[in-house]
Amino acid sequence: MPVLSILLVRLLTTAITLAGVAVIVFFVIRVVPGNPIAMMLPPGATEEDIARLSALYGLDKPLVTQFGIWVSGVMQGDFGTSITTRQPVLDLVLGRLPATLELSIMALVMAMILGGAAALTGTRFRGGRTEGAIDVANGMALSVPDFLWGLVLILLFGVLWPVFHISGRVTPSLDLPFTTNFYLFESLIRLRFDLWADIVAHMFMPALALAIPLAAIIGQLLKQSLKETMNLDYVTLARTKGYGETRVILREALRNAALPTLTLVGVQFTFLIGGTVIIERLFSYEGLGNMAIDAVINRDLPLIQGIVILFAVIFTGVNLIVDLLYTVLNPRLRHA
Amino acid sequence: MHEARAIDGRSLVRRRAGLRLWLSAGWLGLLCVATLFAPWIAPKDPLAQDLFLGRLPPFWMAGAEPGYWLGTDSLGRDVLSRIIHGARVALAVALIAGTITCLVGATLGLLAGFLRGWVDMVISRLIDIWMAFPPVLFSILLIAVLGPGLWSIIIAIVVIDWTRFARVVRAEAMAQGAMDYVASARVAGRGRLGTMMREILPNVLPTIVVLLTLEMGIAVIVEAILSFVNLSISTDDPTWGGMISEGRTSVHQAWWVLVFPLVTLFLTVLAFSQLGEGLKDRFDPVLR
Amino acid sequence: MSFLSIRNLSVRLKKGPPLLRRVSLDVAAGEVRGLVGESGAGKSMIGKAVLGILPPSIEVTGGEILLDGVDLLRLPPALRRRRIGALCALIPQDPLTALNPSHRIGPQITDRLVDILGWTRADADRRARELLAEVQIPDPERVLRSYPHELSGGMRQRILIASAFAAEPKLIVADEPTTALDVTVQKQILKLIAGMQARHGTALLFVTHDLGVVSKVCQHLSVLYAGMVVEDTSVADFFAAPRHAYSAALLAATPKYTDPSAGLIPVPEAVIAAVQAEVAAFDRSLADG
Repeated sequence: MPVLSILLVRLLTTAITLAGVAVIVFFVIRVVPGNPIAMMLPPGATEEDIARLSALYGLDKPLVTQFGIWVSGVMQGDFGTSITTRQPVLDLVLGRLPATLELSIMALVMAMILGGAAALTGTRFRGGRTEGAIDVANGMALSVPDFLWGLVLILLFGVLWPVFHISGRVTPSLDLPFTTNFYLFESLIRLRFDLWADIVAHMFMPALALAIPLAAIIGQLLKQSLKETMNLDYVTLARTKGYGETRVILREALRNAALPTLTLVGVQFTFLIGGTVIIERLFSYEGLGNMAIDAVINRDLPLIQGIVILFAVIFTGVNLIVDLLYTVLNPRLRHA
Repeated sequence: MHEARAIDGRSLVRRRAGLRLWLSAGWLGLLCVATLFAPWIAPKDPLAQDLFLGRLPPFWMAGAEPGYWLGTDSLGRDVLSRIIHGARVALAVALIAGTITCLVGATLGLLAGFLRGWVDMVISRLIDIWMAFPPVLFSILLIAVLGPGLWSIIIAIVVIDWTRFARVVRAEAMAQGAMDYVASARVAGRGRLGTMMREILPNVLPTIVVLLTLEMGIAVIVEAILSFVNLSISTDDPTWGGMISEGRTSVHQAWWVLVFPLVTLFLTVLAFSQLGEGLKDRFDPVLR
Repeated sequence: MSFLSIRNLSVRLKKGPPLLRRVSLDVAAGEVRGLVGESGAGKSMIGKAVLGILPPSIEVTGGEILLDGVDLLRLPPALRRRRIGALCALIPQDPLTALNPSHRIGPQITDRLVDILGWTRADADRRARELLAEVQIPDPERVLRSYPHELSGGMRQRILIASAFAAEPKLIVADEPTTALDVTVQKQILKLIAGMQARHGTALLFVTHDLGVVSKVCQHLSVLYAGMVVEDTSVADFFAAPRHAYSAALLAATPKYTDPSAGLIPVPEAVIAAVQAEVAAFDRSLADG
C-alpha cells in the first residue's frame, strides 16, 4: 500500500535528520571554551577535584567515545545528568516541556483567530478602506519579529496600562495543587478558574508576541486564497441560490481556501516554537527555552544536548502531523 | 494592494511602491550617515558616564538637561549618542552578515536546484537538519563556542540562516531549470556551469535581492537578541540590543532608555522589509 | 404577461466599453427562449445580469429586469438576492468546476431548500432522491453521499440539472450547459433538460452558440452581436426565413453534417462590416442623446 511506504520513507528521513542534529550539537558544544566543571566548583578547587568530577561526567574520554556512550544511554532512555543541577536531563526537560507546549499552542490558537479574522474581514469588505487598513496592519505585523513585539507589549501592557503580567508563569504566592506541569490544562480540569485566570494573565503577553507574526502570515495567505476561491464557479452558483456574501464566504469558500494555508502554518508553527527561546527569556517564563539559555551560559553540556534534541523531535513531529492532517482534510487525497 | 483593479490601478500601485521605497531607503540612508559620521554627529560621548546625570528624561519633559535630547540611562550616558553609535554595529552586521549569508545560501541553493542528483540530496538533507534547530538557541550556542565579537555574530548568522536563501533559490532554480530557454541554451552548446550562470542566475536574481534585504533586517534582530542576552560584541561599544536589555530593567523609572532604541530597531527592521517589498514590486514585470 | 421581461438593459465594463446595448427580450411562463451569438456577443452576460451574478468589474448602466413584474435592479440587494433565489436557478456551463469539492453531493442539492426556503432536512433529502431519479442517476443514495471528484462529468451535469429544478423555480438560466461535455453525452443531456423543462413547466433562458440546439429545444430566440439584439423571433420563422443578414449568415455557417462536400462557410466580411456599422450607429445615437 503506497500510504505505508510513504510513511516509512518519512520516518527514515526523520531519523536521519534527528541523527544529524544529535551529531552536530554533540560535537559543536564540546568545542565550547570554558570547562563546565571548573565553573561549577568553588574557587580554590584543586586539579584533582576537577579531574575527578570530569571523569564522573565522562568528559575526560575521547569525543567519539563520549558520543557512543551518550547514544547508547539515549537508546535506553537515559539522557545523562545535568551538570548544574545534578538531576537527570530527561526529567528536567520533560518537566519544563508542558510550559513551552502550552505557550506555543496558545500562541497558535491566537494566531489562527487573529489571522482568520483579518482574512475574513478583508474578504468580506474587499475593495474598500477596510481591506487597505488590514493590509497595512498585516504588512507591519509581518515585517517585525516576535522579539520586538514582545518588547512593545511589555511597554504597552506591562508599563503603560498594566493589565497583564509580564513576568513568570503564575503569581508566586499562589498555592498550586497541580500534579502535572500542564498548569493551564489542569486548572481547567480541576475547575479552578481563579488559577486559570491568573495563568492566562501571565501567558497572554508572551503568547501574543509569538502569535502576531504568524497571524500576519495566516491573514495574508488566507485572504489571498479566499479571493481566488471566491472567483470559482461553485461560489457563483451558491450566490444564485440566495445566499448572502458572508454565508458564501464561510460556507463555500473557507474550507477550500483554508487547505493551502494549512501546510504553510505547519512550517511556520515550528518557527513559532523556536521563538519561545527568546520570548520566554523576555518574559521570565519558566519554560524549555529559558532553561536552554541558562544551560548554554553555564555550559551544561548534557542539558544542552537534551533540550536541542527535544526541540528537533518537536519540529519534525509537527511537520509529520501537518502532512497527515492535510491528507485527512483533503477529500481528494483521502480517496486517491 | 497589488492588484491592478481599474485601468489606473497600475499607477496607484506604482505610487504606493515608490513611496515605500523612498521612505525605507531614506531611513536606511540616515542610518548610513549615522554609521559613517557617528563621532561627529553624536552630541555626547556614548561611553561617558556621569552618575549625577543619571536617568534624565528626554528634552520635552520636566527635569531634562539641555544637550541630552533623548535623556540618559542609569549611568548618565546620553541615549541619543548611544543610539547613533549603536547604528554602526547594527549596520555593519546587517550588510556584512546579510551579504555573506546571501552568497553562501544562494550558491548552495543554485547548485542543488540546478545540478540535482546527489548534490541536491546532500544539500537538501543538510537543510532539513538545519531547520530542525531552533534558530535563536543555535545562535546562542554558536556564540558560546566562538566567543563574543563582531565576527562571531556574523559567522553565527551565516551558519544559521543560509538555509533561508538555499531553500528559495533551490526551488526557483529547479523551476527555471525546467523551462524551455534553458533547454535551448544547452542545445546551443553551453556547459552546465555556463548555463547556470548565464541563463538561470539573472532570473533568480530578483528573488535573491529581495531576500537579501530581508536577511539584513533579520541580521539586525539577531544581533539585538544576542546583545539582549549579553552575548554580543565584547567591547563597551553601545548596541541597540544592549540598551534594550538595560532599559528593560529600569523600565518603570526611566522608560526612555528602553523606548528609543526599541523604536529605532523597530523602524530599521521595518525599513529593511519594506525596502524588500518595494524592490519586489519594482522587479515584478507585470507592473513595469 | 411575460414572466421575465428585460427592457433596454445596458451593461458595461466599469469605466470601459459597453457590453450590452439596450437589450430587450421577453420570456413567457413555461417558454424556452434561446440566446445565440458568437463568443463575446454578450449572451452569457444577460443570463448573469438576470441572476445577479455579474462580475464586480461590470456595472449596469440602464434598463430594467422585470421578474414576475418586479424590477430586480430597483430592489435592495438582500431582497433581490432572495427573490432570485426563490424564483430562479442556474444550470452552469462546466460541471467540473460548478460543484464544491469539499462538500458531498447531497447537501449541495438540499442546501437551498433547508437554509433559504425552510424545508425540513427529511423533506429536502426526499426531494433530492426524487430529482436524482428524474435525471436517471443510478444508485441515488450512494451518489448523494459522494464527493464531486468521484463522479464523471456527465454525471455531475445531471446532478447540476437536478439541483436547478430542486426549488421548483419559475425561470432557469442554462448557460451553455452542453458545451463542456463530450459530444456523445451532449444529446442525452439536451434531451434531459428539454424533458424536465416540459414536465415542470419552467421557463428557460437557453444560452448557446449552437443553432442546432436551438432548433431542438427553443420556441423563441434572440440573436446577439456585440451586445446588441439583431434579431428576435420565433424559432420556426427564424429557420424558415431569417430577417437580418447576420442571422442568415450564421445559419449558413452552421456545418452541414449531412453534406461533407459543402465546405465551411464563414460569415462574409460584408455582413460583419454591416452589422458593425449598425453597432457604431447605435453608440453614436446614444452619445447624441
